[in-house]
Amino acid sequence: MNYTFQFGVVFARLPELWQGALLSLEIGVLSFWGGALLGLLLAAFKVYGSGVVRWLANSFIVFFTNTPAVIQIYFLYYGLPEIGVLWSNVTCVIVGLTLNTGAYLAEIMRAGFISVHRTELEAAETLGFARWQQIRHVILPHIAKVIYPALANYFVVLMLGTSMASIFGVNELTGQAYNIASDNYRHIEMFTVVAGIYILLTFIASLSLAFFGRWAFRVRARIF
Amino acid sequence: MPHLDIRNLSANYGRAPVLSGISLTVERGEVVSIVGPSGSGKSTLLRVLVGLTLPASGEVILDGDAVNYANKASLRQARDRMAIVFQQYNLFQNMDVLRNVTIAPVEIRRRPRSEVEATAVQILKRMGLGDKLKAYPDQLSGGQQQRVAIARALALKPEILLLDEVTSALDPELVNEVLDAIRALAAEGITLLIVSHEMNFVREVSSRMVFMDKGQVVEIGPPHDIIERPQTNRAREFFGKILRQRN
Amino acid sequence: MDRVIEQLPRFLSPLNLWFLAEAMGMTLALTFFGCGLGFLLAFIVVYMRLSPGWWGLPWRVLAILFVETFRRIPFLVITYLVLFFIAAFVKGASLVLVALTAISIYSTAYASEIIRGGFESVPRQQIEAATAMNFSRWQTLIKVIVPQSWPVILPPAVVFMVAFVKDTSLVSQIGVFELTFRGKELNNQGFSGLLVFGTVALLYFVMSYPLSRFGAWLEHRLAAPRHQKPERELR
Repeated sequence: MNYTFQFGVVFARLPELWQGALLSLEIGVLSFWGGALLGLLLAAFKVYGSGVVRWLANSFIVFFTNTPAVIQIYFLYYGLPEIGVLWSNVTCVIVGLTLNTGAYLAEIMRAGFISVHRTELEAAETLGFARWQQIRHVILPHIAKVIYPALANYFVVLMLGTSMASIFGVNELTGQAYNIASDNYRHIEMFTVVAGIYILLTFIASLSLAFFGRWAFRVRARIF
Repeated sequence: MPHLDIRNLSANYGRAPVLSGISLTVERGEVVSIVGPSGSGKSTLLRVLVGLTLPASGEVILDGDAVNYANKASLRQARDRMAIVFQQYNLFQNMDVLRNVTIAPVEIRRRPRSEVEATAVQILKRMGLGDKLKAYPDQLSGGQQQRVAIARALALKPEILLLDEVTSALDPELVNEVLDAIRALAAEGITLLIVSHEMNFVREVSSRMVFMDKGQVVEIGPPHDIIERPQTNRAREFFGKILRQRN
Repeated sequence: MDRVIEQLPRFLSPLNLWFLAEAMGMTLALTFFGCGLGFLLAFIVVYMRLSPGWWGLPWRVLAILFVETFRRIPFLVITYLVLFFIAAFVKGASLVLVALTAISIYSTAYASEIIRGGFESVPRQQIEAATAMNFSRWQTLIKVIVPQSWPVILPPAVVFMVAFVKDTSLVSQIGVFELTFRGKELNNQGFSGLLVFGTVALLYFVMSYPLSRFGAWLEHRLAAPRHQKPERELR
């Protein structure tokens, strides 16, 4: 064992890691909201759509949940330029993660949709609500509470997933670590600290989401 | 010398006292019933005896030997001599009736399987379950399951049998078959400690009744004495309600 | 698009097809052996997690720390960490070994929560009955708890392993010759990105979809007759 640990070198570069962490957060948040909207749409298609629409939504979901997110991003990154579409690496990652997230969240949203009782809908219908109004005033508030824990959970998963952006040269947390380590050759220390930052970030995220959930929806979720 | 001598036993749940200074003696072959409102600590008393809850203070003396619940060997000994049957979910769902009854004597006490099985079959037949040896618990009614649980406890040849509200979770029509089984046991001379709500039954079958409330022993005496002529207010209140319910 | 069609015959050469098949094999092997080992180790972690009393405290803390730590680090970062650690102390370590270690650590952390859930689904009274009959902790575990936890443990465990087939794509980053790595290679050799990654996606699909249907079938078949605590955990 002839390796000496030098953590000081790592801590000197903390600001850069912090920048990386912010970018990770950005990517995570954008992909999450994009995915949530997409998921909502897909779920609506699956529950309320006609045969063709349902089949299309289902195919999308099945395809994107059975292929790795990395490959989906690779496809965009190396494939799109061939048809003339030139997106930055960050854009490819965000779009890829959005599509992927959308497929996974669709299932969660769908579970929320069908948790609404027939009678609630029928009551809304007899009161003169049109389909979209039913969705907005009856279904959405109800499912928001039902699906919140699963969504919050997925957000944390997604945050960890943003690390794959480093593969495409994006300087989020993992990417920064890799770059700096190539500089100072302190790979172990670098990535240990980064691991610690991820743990800290997910803790903060889980905690805040849990508290928000209790406050907004009175959802009693476990903190750990 | 009493078979079981409980002296000033106390136990806590967290900071709250569940048992406060319980003192009680049980003679060999006696059937003692323990009654009282919910939360009075009746079940906890049985759990402490068998070591599932640690006592905070006090002594439990079994046939002259004090039990040290903090000592593994002493605890093992105590559990060898006392067996408990719970209100529900006693049986191991992944084993058939015969295995449920024989597993402890064979695997824990290390007695020869053929001998244990013979005893087990005998006991089960006495309980009226001779034809259910290969059945699994989920194929049996609640009453049958409880009888198997009692058989399992008996297969361990305990000196004292502790019954913790064994009929309380049963549908009314299944209660009697279990009570019959217990009645037969009482007649055989095994020392029994019964926690129960079945007033008529315990009055008939027990020689002494203990009335507990809020973790304390309030009254002890012959059942009909306590039920008909309660000395304390708490007992009066409790039995008054019971009698009113019956009418 | 014409580029794709033009390259197709060269792409689907026997050699390439063989390499792709071999890579798929590596993906499946990594998943199976890595998750398998992780699952076994998870039993140990759960046993530690359930150590009773004051003497058990250090074991419990260790187990909790392990699980909570490795569930909050991205798999990619775990892989890098394992690589750098092993590379620093062991000369010439095989990359596959590094990958398997990373996969095991990751799946141990996740599997132990699944297994713990399974163990806790056994009604407490059965365990108390066993304790009161002088069963040792180990005997209760082996004879009463484990046999009854299978229906609760197996479906989520299988679902996790099937999902992991996709996660193996990340070990391509450290140079392991699995499917994603082959894809990158083929793309570097000049094949169209659309063609290569479209095909690779398809191949992952072919591995993942049937297995995930199997997992769903298992969940359905072993749908716990006893009521389970709903999964409302926020990680």
